[in-house]
Amino acid sequence: MASQLLIARRKISNTAFVGFCWVAAAVALAFLAMILWSLIEHGLGALNLQIFTMDTPAPGSPGGLRNAIIGSVEMCAIAMVLAVGFGVLAGTWLAEYAGDSAYGKVVRFVNDVLLSAPSILIGLFVYYVLVQPFHGFSGLAGSVALALLATPVVTRTTEDVMKLQPPALREAGVALGSPLASAIRRILWRASSTGILTGGLLAFARISGETAPLLFTALNNQFFSLDLTKPTANLPSVIFNDALSAYDDLVRLAWAGAALIAFTVLLVNIIARTLARETRRS
Amino acid sequence: MPATLKLKMTLAIDQTKATPAMAPKRRGGAFDAVFEALCFTSASTLLAALIGVLGALLIGGWPAIHKFGFGFLVTSEWNPVTEVFGAAGPVVGTIITSIVALVLALPVAFGVAVFLVEFCPPFFRRPIGVAVELLAGIPSIVYGMWGLFVLAPWFAMHIQLPILENAPPGSLLAVLTQGVPNGANILTASIILAIMILPFIAAVLRDLMMTVPAPVRESAYGLGATTMEVVMSVSLPYVRRSAIGAVMLGLGRALGETMAVTFIIGNSHAFPKSLFDSGSTIASTIANEFNEATGAMHTSALIALGLVLFLITFTVLAAARALLGTAKTV
Repeated sequence: MASQLLIARRKISNTAFVGFCWVAAAVALAFLAMILWSLIEHGLGALNLQIFTMDTPAPGSPGGLRNAIIGSVEMCAIAMVLAVGFGVLAGTWLAEYAGDSAYGKVVRFVNDVLLSAPSILIGLFVYYVLVQPFHGFSGLAGSVALALLATPVVTRTTEDVMKLQPPALREAGVALGSPLASAIRRILWRASSTGILTGGLLAFARISGETAPLLFTALNNQFFSLDLTKPTANLPSVIFNDALSAYDDLVRLAWAGAALIAFTVLLVNIIARTLARETRRS
Repeated sequence: MPATLKLKMTLAIDQTKATPAMAPKRRGGAFDAVFEALCFTSASTLLAALIGVLGALLIGGWPAIHKFGFGFLVTSEWNPVTEVFGAAGPVVGTIITSIVALVLALPVAFGVAVFLVEFCPPFFRRPIGVAVELLAGIPSIVYGMWGLFVLAPWFAMHIQLPILENAPPGSLLAVLTQGVPNGANILTASIILAIMILPFIAAVLRDLMMTVPAPVRESAYGLGATTMEVVMSVSLPYVRRSAIGAVMLGLGRALGETMAVTFIIGNSHAFPKSLFDSGSTIASTIANEFNEATGAMHTSALIALGLVLFLITFTVLAAARALLGTAKTV
């Protein structure tokens, strides 16, 4: 009798557990669906040609997001150039040269901390280094702040991918008489290129929606400008300002901008994941 | 060995020693050194950046720390006009929102991870896994807008107002839920944070539970254990250390999150009186006030706040990394 009861109790608690897990998964997917739905409902409706051809307006007049889109693209491009340059080299050092050295461990740890460090603190740091000394907000400062956020992602993926390459590859290169540096560049980087590209895409996805570090560095700009030494318009800041404004047309623009960023990020994420999957297969 | 072959070998060895081959080799050595130095410098830049962040916060925040001392952390008067700054409100707001978010997110994230590892039909495993990861990739400003325009009004209409109308005055419920019914409060901010860290924790937990060797789980099933018993008594203990690390990583994200919270927490510096009261976090205060700071002391107080945030998140993240060891978490 007792064992029958025990079995019944185990069955019931297991059923409850299974049910809970199904509900949890449903809840998580429901949130994704709800957020995507609001973006489609409010955002896609507000997207039109004007968004890409006109600059941010004063309340009540027609306008678009041209200056903000271009500013964002400029800053992200510069940030990615910096991040890939530094990140790939730093990742290479961690994978190939650092070994088990104490300094290597410190750098690896620091990179992991930077990977999740609050982005607003990076913004404050860049404000102190690049905005205050030059007496002005600038798009370049914004780029540097974004680069600081993207670099740890590239470093981490580069290190991981390069460590996956078989040692024989490295040894073969060196045995053929190539200096280690050439073996790394010509053989290992080539073998790891897809993985490094994935890391770059993930880093880009991460910074393209970042707002907090731009608030004190790039600031914002109501007008069209390609001059990155001046305050530069950017999508996240425009969304932040317009969403909190009291004007319906500005709020609509903010939704359009949010949809633009979110779908870009989703697309880049999907491409990165597909690439990563292809590499694992081959 | 025939003498001719021996001679040929000697010749070959002699040829490799010949000087013409040395020149390119030495050039390669120099390039080797330059390349290694370049890699080393890039890696060191990361360390320099972290030290730079700490240094900037220390230098910028020093006037405020010097003037207010420990009182900065335990008083809650925040007055730019009289230049009296106490950060207890934002500090407590940061800790409360993050912990409430973690309490809300953790069970769901755990459920999602177990679902993906144990129950999910194989056909859906990858799409659902990717969907969870995508949810983790959505920029925080989008979460902020969603919170402001969708969650907050719904919460005010369907949760805050009914409670406000029906809770007996003076009861515990009424005390816990007092506040302006506009949906911009500590609890909604925590809910948004929970939605943001949920997919992140779920993805890491899933990856961890995948590392439990199949024979270990299978032997538990073979002994007649139910799924729940396998998960709770075999899989989870197997990854316990790293799982705690994953949770703390999620906590670290919640502590430093800026935009999503700034949109929805109501931005009041007072010490929060209830879960439905508006409040502020360290990050939201900095985001709102830094560019409009009225004086040097105001700016310094905001940077000192940043220093507090740095120290809290650094501690949490360092502990998380120590627990996670080498588990992958990009």
